[in-house]
Amino acid sequence: MLLIHCPYCEEDRSELEFRWAGEAHIARPENIAAISDEEFAEYFFLRNNEKGLTYERWRHIHGCGRFFNAARDTVSDRFLTTYKAGLPKQVLPETGASEKTVETYEATEGDAR
Amino acid sequence: MADHIAVRTLPLTGFHGGSSAVRLEAAAPAERISLRVRAEDVAALSGPLGIDLPVKPKTSSSDNGRTALWLGPDEWLVIAEGGSDVGNSLMQAAKNSGALHSAADVSHRNTAILVSGQGAAAAINAGCPQDLSLKAFPVGACSRTVLGKVEIVLLRTAEEAFRVEVWRSFSDYAFGLLAEGAQDAAV
Ligand SMILES: [Zn+2]
Repeated sequence: MLLIHCPYCEEDRSELEFRWAGEAHIARPENIAAISDEEFAEYFFLRNNEKGLTYERWRHIHGCGRFFNAARDTVSDRFLTTYKAGLPKQVLPETGASEKTVETYEATEGDAR
Repeated sequence: MADHIAVRTLPLTGFHGGSSAVRLEAAAPAERISLRVRAEDVAALSGPLGIDLPVKPKTSSSDNGRTALWLGPDEWLVIAEGGSDVGNSLMQAAKNSGALHSAADVSHRNTAILVSGQGAAAAINAGCPQDLSLKAFPVGACSRTVLGKVEIVLLRTAEEAFRVEVWRSFSDYAFGLLAEGAQDAAV
């Protein structure tokens, strides 16, 4: 079972208590009525779908109920860090994000039991 | 013409289960509020409620038959055990604080199952992913979590006793799953 660290509960909890909530750090345009259709589409519909290091919102919906942000490697499914909503994008010195697809249980789950 | 008397039927009336290692009981009716308070107003609510709202994750506080369970950074479930007569003392107390808050009476939305015995943690772990060792989940610890397909609020009331708060319409499922877990815990 994958464990996810909730920055509000301050502990690792089962993935069963969480929901994915899309890409993180997308700012709503301040002048939303004035922007062009293309700019609106860019803000509203288009997502980067990065391979490797990606920043996402997650919600501890069956726990404290809070949204928070996570840096995750989409290749290995490993959570690199999680941090409270409202904090700036966390720069990871050495991301460890991999290009190599890993399929084994040990490689994807790491230390999580 | 006969007087009409409304009799409240509890959601788990008639349910029984358990095993040699686990005892399962439907809890008595209780008053409950879902409380949202900002950090700066926590003290103002604690006074009238007669309990200190805990601010540390996964903790609860208890006094005079009232228990406040930390659910989130600004959210608590407050339970007042009052026997069969469920009033609105918690709603009134919150109102008396005069401080900004949101309180919703959920006395009848929830019901509770009391799980006790040496296999209590094992029975709950049949459907709940939390670490229920005494180190990770000591007496007084509480958490919103999942039990199989439903959401619950779990409170450890003693080393071998838990209170499982569950929405009433999910309670027969929760009881059934705990009964299965109780059987497994006795093997
Ligand atoms: Zn949490």
